[in-house]
Amino acid sequence: MNIIDMTISGLHAALKSKQLSSVEATKAMLERIETVEPQVGSFITVTADHALECAATADLRIASGRMDMLTGIPLAVKDIFLTEGIRTTCGSRILENFIPPYSATSYQNLRDSGAVLLGKLNQDEFAMGSSNESSAFGVCRNPWDTTRIPGGSSGGSAAAIAARQAIATLGTDTGGSIRQPASHCGCVGLKPTYGRVSRYGVIAYASSLDQVGPLTRDVTDNAIMLSALAGYDPKDSTSVDEPVPDYVSELAGGIKGLKIGLPKEYFIAGLDPDVQKTMDAVIETYRRLGAEFVEISLPHTDYAVATYYLIATAEASSNLARYDGVRFGHRAKEAAGLLDMYTKSRSEGFGAEVKRRIMLGTYALSSGYYDAYYVKAQKARTLIMNDFIKAFESVDVMLTPVAPTPAFKIGEKVNDPLQMYLSDIFTIPVNLAGTCAMSLPAGFSADGLPIGVQLIGKPFGEEVILRAGYAFEQATEWHKATAAL
Amino acid sequence: MSITVADVEHVARLARLELGADEKKLFAGQMDAILGYVEKLKELNTDGVRPTSHAIPVENAFREDLVCPSIGVDKALDNAPLKSGTYFSVPKVIE
Amino acid sequence: MKYQPVIGLEVHVQLLTDTKIFCGCSTKFGSEPNSQTCPVCLGLPGALPVLNKKVVEFAIKAGLSTNCSITPRSIFARKNYFYPDLPKGYQISQFEEPICQHGWLDIQLDGQEGKRIGITRIHMEEDAGKLVHGDLTGLDDNSGVDLNRACTPLLEVVSEPDLRSSDEAVSYLKQLHQIVTWLGLCDGNMEEGSFRCDANVSVMPVGSDTFGTRAEIKNVNSFKFVKQAIEYEIQRQIDLIEDGGTVVQETRLFDPNSGRTRSMRSKEEAHDYRYFPDPDLVPLVICDEWVERSRTELPELPEQCRKRFVSQLGLTEYDAEVLTANRPLAEFFEAGVAAHGNAKAVANWTMGEITRSLNDSGTSIRECPVTPQLLAELLKLIDEGTISGKIAKTVFDEMWRSGKAPQLIVEEQGLVQVSDGGAIESIIDEIMAANAGQVEEYRGGKEKVFGFFVGQVMKVSKGKANPAVVNELLLKKLKG
Repeated sequence: MNIIDMTISGLHAALKSKQLSSVEATKAMLERIETVEPQVGSFITVTADHALECAATADLRIASGRMDMLTGIPLAVKDIFLTEGIRTTCGSRILENFIPPYSATSYQNLRDSGAVLLGKLNQDEFAMGSSNESSAFGVCRNPWDTTRIPGGSSGGSAAAIAARQAIATLGTDTGGSIRQPASHCGCVGLKPTYGRVSRYGVIAYASSLDQVGPLTRDVTDNAIMLSALAGYDPKDSTSVDEPVPDYVSELAGGIKGLKIGLPKEYFIAGLDPDVQKTMDAVIETYRRLGAEFVEISLPHTDYAVATYYLIATAEASSNLARYDGVRFGHRAKEAAGLLDMYTKSRSEGFGAEVKRRIMLGTYALSSGYYDAYYVKAQKARTLIMNDFIKAFESVDVMLTPVAPTPAFKIGEKVNDPLQMYLSDIFTIPVNLAGTCAMSLPAGFSADGLPIGVQLIGKPFGEEVILRAGYAFEQATEWHKATAAL
Repeated sequence: MSITVADVEHVARLARLELGADEKKLFAGQMDAILGYVEKLKELNTDGVRPTSHAIPVENAFREDLVCPSIGVDKALDNAPLKSGTYFSVPKVIE
Repeated sequence: MKYQPVIGLEVHVQLLTDTKIFCGCSTKFGSEPNSQTCPVCLGLPGALPVLNKKVVEFAIKAGLSTNCSITPRSIFARKNYFYPDLPKGYQISQFEEPICQHGWLDIQLDGQEGKRIGITRIHMEEDAGKLVHGDLTGLDDNSGVDLNRACTPLLEVVSEPDLRSSDEAVSYLKQLHQIVTWLGLCDGNMEEGSFRCDANVSVMPVGSDTFGTRAEIKNVNSFKFVKQAIEYEIQRQIDLIEDGGTVVQETRLFDPNSGRTRSMRSKEEAHDYRYFPDPDLVPLVICDEWVERSRTELPELPEQCRKRFVSQLGLTEYDAEVLTANRPLAEFFEAGVAAHGNAKAVANWTMGEITRSLNDSGTSIRECPVTPQLLAELLKLIDEGTISGKIAKTVFDEMWRSGKAPQLIVEEQGLVQVSDGGAIESIIDEIMAANAGQVEEYRGGKEKVFGFFVGQVMKVSKGKANPAVVNELLLKKLKG
């Protein structure tokens, strides 16, 4: 088997049995990156030298018998994760030259288990986008059809897997930013429960919604990654001190009797026929595997996008105030005084989508509008959360589409932000409710574009959706398909 | 709901953003469309509903009052666009 | 027309924690600029705040000592504005649901009835960094930003607009200052800004119940300046109104050099702080048990202490007031009373020699070389007649210098008082023989000369003669 096609578990076995060294594996990945990067654009920064150093160290560790599941595995992370000494841009001009003096806890956890960092992945600027088109460092293309978007905001994280430039990657998900690109690129993407993985050192977009998660080729790999990431971090007040299950050993066991809810609000008229067909087939597969289906209702679904765009932009407007050109980041060269320095630096540094969201959020929090917009949205969020709590009284997991359509064309929605926002309708409610969900490769459109389905779990029920995903994967071949790049 | 260019200018000032004339017009239209869409929340009866700031109920996250080493002046100032001595340097602030 | 001033105070109390409110950086004063910083207090991307538990404990204590109720579930909010000393572009503070609410302090002005001043709220927040200008930095046209102070814990204590004069304001402020220093929450150093005050001042016609437009005066960093600034501002507003003008709501800066307040040219726009709950911090839930535990940990407060000194120890109001000026002083006094028993004597010495020597040498009472136990031993030597009160002062000076026990000093220097009548009599005889003229004068009715003889006896005895015995024998002998 080609190194670049391997999974974490496969490569781990090869490293452990000394069939391969981490340096060999890393070299193979770096070569692949070099070959296909001009067509894909998954990376903002490739850290080749660093990767080879990491790999050499990992090989020593393997030789000494202190091997973890991730030791020597070449990974890449979204450029939203702070990596000490390695440029971190968050897809923005304003951080073009930012070299962080510390590392994100989640990234550090991967490094501590011996993972190799290949580089920093392309993304929408400050994770604001559903298409990766807002990146300041060039478009990222969908490896299945390079005229199309890979999804966003973790577009590079999904494309790098589909293009076989990394064995697994790390992304973040605020309103679907892991699940939607995973769906569009045919990989497994998991958004854990809010508080399950530390946000420390992850550049904030919307603090009450952001969550870190893995993108992988298959469900087993996802469980391996989540095991390395999950857990309480005293540096993140919102991280939760819940026991971390052994996600890998929880995978087997089957899903006989699993109650799967189908929220009727997600199966609306006008759903793309390919997506509908995929859903029908997945339901059929699960039925065959012994799951029971229950129709449920999440009555406030229709308000989720509006709620999300008020809360997320309000938080973002405040989170992005620190980019002021004083202590780090871009500072305008020609500025007449302090106020001018602020406005010029920020206006030069931020792209249009970021500005738009800062403006919206500032407006929603401003005097006279706070109650009508922000507080109203927080109350709507309560109603949306309650929908989930109530629905989960009768089901174990929910099954829904990830996105209303397969990957759209690059440029198709750039001029209509509202249409772009509305395409997140199936993923956003999960972030508002704070629970976990996973996107699973489940089929292809007539045009050969990957289509994923979403499994939504109860809070801290990651092992249940992983088990459900694993059962599906055992019964199907979708995850084995590779883009002909 | 109708967002005017003046509204856009006011918000831009609060957010320390400078927008060109075309951008102001574009944003006014886009914000108007988005805020118009958001109006649908008004349909919701939220009387007596508690606002949610955190979806997962966590409370009382503390640290003890123990000194941790700072990162050091060099690292602190490493990314500074302009510094003087060990100060960050900014255009003169007049009080 | 007569005007009634209306004053409310907002006091920022810097807390004496070892570390900052949301990160583990030291709060030590006076270090190299930006040396006490980390990703959190630098406001670096990705950094997250974690609340220092001690700040909460301090806030609860401050609240209980000012008769506040402790909010069972309080939250932190972001106050959004841009300024170079504010690294994140927002200050983490409390807005709705602050930790303490609805308190009060009673003030008492000389010759007036006591008055209750309401405390609206006490909330926790982070301080900003420091800006320096000009020569300090070698920055010609620029300002320097030092973030060592950024994220230092503050309590903001907001009073109701219940104060009606500058004297009331100062009285309230002094009492608050005494409480927070007494509890060890704050070092109380107003010059260094550990305890700083903004005053909201307005005036209205006497008899009106509608407040006038207020001005907020910033930067008043001593009790004296608070009085000056408020009085200036009251007069300024009255003059303005009398001249047909109107007071505008604005922030004014007090200039201690001129004693005036001046407008801080209102920025290009009105502030819109866009407060909202900080999503990076979780609600603070304080259960009744926690509040009660804090209550039991509270020391006796200065007011109670003062009252006890009067009722139990028989001190005068004045002495009790002086001795409760700060907690270490009160504790010193009490330890002295415990070791000696005579409260009045301990009070006199504590307020006299001890305080004088501390002031002269710039020593704090905590480092006083004469401990309460040693002071008690000294007083015992006086009580027993071993030394005179006068010699005691000499012994005290030596105790201060050397730290030695008074008994030892008395022995080493042979300072034991001579009360033996025979020895004193022979000294008197010698002196009378050598000063026959003065003896005649005395006997001729010039009684003032008596003092001369006392002085001579003390001189010859090197101050050791027991003054009572000297008096008695001299009187007898001179009368012949």
